[in-house]
Order: sequence, then C-alpha cells, then structure tokens
Amino acid sequence: MTEPANDGVVVPAGSSALGEGRPATQFVRPTFAGLRPPSANIASFEAPNVPPHPAAQRDPSRFAPRITQRRLIASGFAALCLFATLIGVVVLAALLFDIVRDGAGKLNWSMLTGFPSRFPDRAGIGPALAGSAWVLLLTALLAFPLGVGTAIWLEEYAPRNRWRRLIEMNIANLAGVPSIVYGILGLALFVRLMALGRSLLAAGFTLALLILPVIIIASQEAIKAVPRTIRLGAYALGATRWETIKHQILPMALPGIMTGTILALSRAIGEAAPVILVGALGFVAFIPTNPSDQYTVLPFQIFNWVSRPQTAFHEVAAAASIVLLVLLLSMSAVAIWLRNKYTRRS
Amino acid sequence: MSDAIRNPAGPIELEARDLSVLYGETRALKYVSLSIPDRKVVAFIGPSGCGKSTLLRCFNRMNDLIPDVKIEGEALFQGRNLYGAGVDAVDVRRRIGMVFQKPNPFPKSIYDNVVFGPKINGYKGDFGELVERSLRQAALWDEVKDRLQSNALALSGGQQQRLCIARALAVEPEVLLMDEPASALDPIATQKIEDLIYELKQDYTVVIVTHNMQQAARVSDHTAFLYMGEVIEYGPTNELFTNPREERTEAYITGRFG
Repeated sequence: MTEPANDGVVVPAGSSALGEGRPATQFVRPTFAGLRPPSANIASFEAPNVPPHPAAQRDPSRFAPRITQRRLIASGFAALCLFATLIGVVVLAALLFDIVRDGAGKLNWSMLTGFPSRFPDRAGIGPALAGSAWVLLLTALLAFPLGVGTAIWLEEYAPRNRWRRLIEMNIANLAGVPSIVYGILGLALFVRLMALGRSLLAAGFTLALLILPVIIIASQEAIKAVPRTIRLGAYALGATRWETIKHQILPMALPGIMTGTILALSRAIGEAAPVILVGALGFVAFIPTNPSDQYTVLPFQIFNWVSRPQTAFHEVAAAASIVLLVLLLSMSAVAIWLRNKYTRRS
Repeated sequence: MSDAIRNPAGPIELEARDLSVLYGETRALKYVSLSIPDRKVVAFIGPSGCGKSTLLRCFNRMNDLIPDVKIEGEALFQGRNLYGAGVDAVDVRRRIGMVFQKPNPFPKSIYDNVVFGPKINGYKGDFGELVERSLRQAALWDEVKDRLQSNALALSGGQQQRLCIARALAVEPEVLLMDEPASALDPIATQKIEDLIYELKQDYTVVIVTHNMQQAARVSDHTAFLYMGEVIEYGPTNELFTNPREERTEAYITGRFG
C-alpha cells in the first residue's frame, strides 16, 4: 500500500493534500552545555520500565480520518441549520407582509390619535395606545424593583440551602404558568379583594406578577455572570457586601438585567388574555389620565375589532397590529443595543 | 540575521515564509521567516502581545477561527503550504496537535477525553490500549489508571494539563504546539510538563510559547525572540541566552524590559 517517496517520506496511496507522516527515525538525544538534564534533581514520577515510545511506531494506517466524508456531513448539518433559520424568517416575513398589506392603507395620524367608533373609517386607537403606555409604565415600576431585588437577594444574600432551592424552583415554575391564570389571580386579588376595580392599576399589578419570574431569572443570570474575582477584589479592599453590589456587581449586571426586563415588558404589552379578565373595556371613548381610570389596551382593541364581522374593521385591526409590532420591535431593538454595548465593553 | 541561523541544520518540519497575520488593520505578525527542525523543541519568547502565540497558531490554522483575521505569506509543514489550495484545516489539526495555556479537559471522564479525537478520526485499533499508551506518554497513567471513568475536572491542574497532552497525543500527531502550557501550574507540575516535553521530542517536533525564560532555556533546542510582531533573533538556545547577538534580546532576557 505504501511506496517510498523523496526524502524518505512514506506516502500511502490516497493520502491527503498534506501527505502522510514521516517514518520514525532513530533518536539521538542532543546535549547543550549549560542545560540541566531534566529529572536529574527530582524524584522519578514514572514507572522505571516505561515501554518504548509508541509514536515511534507511528502508523497512519491505524487511522481512517475520512476527511471528505466528515466535511460532507458537516456541510449537511450547516445546511440543515440554515434551512431551520429560513423557515422562521420566511414565516415572519409572510406575516409582516400580510399585515402591512391589510393595514397600511388605514394607518394615518387620525387613526393613531382617534377614538374607537362604530364606523371603521373613523375608528382610532388613541385610548388603546394610551392605555398600553400606562400599563407598561405601571408594570415596569412594579416589576423592575421587585424582580431585581429578589434576584439580588437570591444570588448575593440567601444562604445556599434547600429553602433557596425551593424558592428558585417555584419561581422557575411560575414563569411557565399560562397568562390567563394570572388574569384569574388578578381578578380575585386586585380587582375584588383590594377593590381596585377595572382600573389601570389592577392591570399593572397583574401584568407585573406575570413577568416577575422572567425578570428574576434574567437578573439572576446576569448577576451570576459577574466573575467571582470581581467580588473578591471588592471584598479584599474592605468593601461591605452592599458596597460590592452597588459599585461592582450591579453596574456589570445591569445591561443583562435591562435586556431581560425589556423583553419581559414586551411580553406584557402583547398580552390580551389577563387584561380581559381584570376588566379592560372594549370601547373606551376617553384617554385615561390617572392609574385609577378605566382603560383598554392595544392587543384587546385588536382582538375586539378582529371578532367583528365587517372586513373594514379587520383592516383597522391590521393597522393597529402594525403599531403594536413597531412598538415591540423597537423595544427588542433597545434590548439588543444594550446587550451589544455590554459585550463590546467586556 | 544570517540565513544559517534562521534555517537550522537537519530536516525541517515547520517553516514560516514572510508570514504575516492581520487582525483587521493591525499587522500582529510582520513578515516572519523561520524554520523549525524535525524532532526538536523550539521556544518562542517575548513580551506580551509580541505575536508569539499568533505565530504558533498559524501552524495549525487555529487563527482561522478568529473573525476578521487575514494571513499572508506561507506556513509550511513538511514542505507543503498549510494555507495552500486543497489543504483541509481539520486534517492539519490532527497532524499538528495543540495544548493550551489553561487546561481545558472536556467535562467528561478521563477515558472519554482521550478517545474523543481517535474516535472522530476513525481509529481502528484497541481503544483501551490507546488510552493507556497515550496516558503513559503524558506520564499520567500511574496516577489515573484506577479511575479512568471518573470526571476529568476532578483532576488537579497539573494532571488536567497532562491529560490534555495525552488527548493531543492520542491522535498521533507529528507536531505538538504548546501555548504557555505550564503558566497556570505550580512548580512541581511545571517540572513534570518540562520533563515530558524533553521526552516527547524523541518522537515529536515541539513548539512552545513561554513567558518563562528559564523554562525556554531548560526545555528548548532553539529559541526565537519575538518583539512587536517580528523575529528579532533566532538560534540555538544556549547561544541566544549566553551570547545574544541583538541588543534587544539581551535587554529582554536580562529583564530590562518586557
């Protein structure tokens, strides 16, 4: 199978572009004046009778690397991954195209600021947009401090025992509870028991509960990602735990925390189910001005219009969907921008 | 520097010809030419950022994995350009193994760490024998022979590094590149790695990057001193350390800068 080639290199048939290995030759240990012989002054760590170095019998025929075949499999896998990506992109593009085709014609200033109406041509999303903004603000104000506080306590203060594990496990489970269940909880707790009624505040509380687990988990991950050496460095300078958190850990974790929070808030303003349960209205002819006002939100307004029989209302719903999508995409864009800024710095 | 010094006697295993590496606009390695003889230990020394790791990584195309990197010139392995047409980086890396600064065993058993490379490369022999052979070569066998199935991360840093060497040897490479292999280890573990390097050059060409000049003097046959992306001086180790030709080499090895 092998034939001797120039300078004594043995090249087996069908060898790669690199050729195959040199044959082993007799080794003569070189000596340099001034260099100590290794192992001369340290106890031997090897068995005295080491077998001869096996690579001296190095034999490429023991391997069948089949590079071409492995390359093919590798490209196949890459193509499969690209295909999976394309499916998502194509579906999303089709969705966007469909919505824009239906709704772009209805999109104008009076539609953005107008009030709902029985007549599709006059129907606007002003109150729904204002309601969504209010709910977003209230949710963020409630969920951010609660979530980050919980994450800091769990990561930095809580003793590492079974109770902490139990709490963490429950938080993770809560992140998977369907949003309608939070709606029922909000109805019983905030609307009835706390007598907040059909107010923006009740919706804000409910959605804050809904996204709290997500914010906690994202913040915990961000805090965990701060290297241990940073903490040790701060403690070694005599900083208290609070000083370490405030000056070192939080600043490093903040972009991650913000990213998680923004994505969670995006989810909150896209939710319709829980706000329907806690009493969002289908027809609101005023702009809410304080947290105890009645309200509606964009997703519910869209849902309301889509369920009407007139196709003209479906077009208004598509236009409102564009507004909601733009809102969500800009929130995601901010999250991505924050993450990139963070990655570049570290 | 004369050609005789750049080109040591004996068969040449690796060679750089006007080799440059550009990271974006910066030329991290500037038109480097040098030859590495077969079955010898060559050390690259120089201050941080001088390009010695970059040069090392050219020889098994690890620089390919860095985005926005551009390589000019030639890196030859047994006379063939590693960056030539038809040369597969996967093939190159099996033939030219590498050990990194920090031990990076896979979070699997000791046995699995050693057999991963041979498995993907279609090894046809007996795996148990291969594992023993590789671990013996890396002077680790006696310490781990009774716990081959335990997790590699449970080993000490020095043992992990020798496992990484065993793992690299298991695919029967012809060259072993070592990027500061002992800088994260204690003196005893360092000594073991150094003794190992001395043993390995019976069968392998070893190229080692090190910050430790005593280490370079102890283990290497030839030493290259790099500074700002250029090879300032290259020659037999004892000559370079006892009688450097270049002023900058002398300044560096006597600790006046770097």
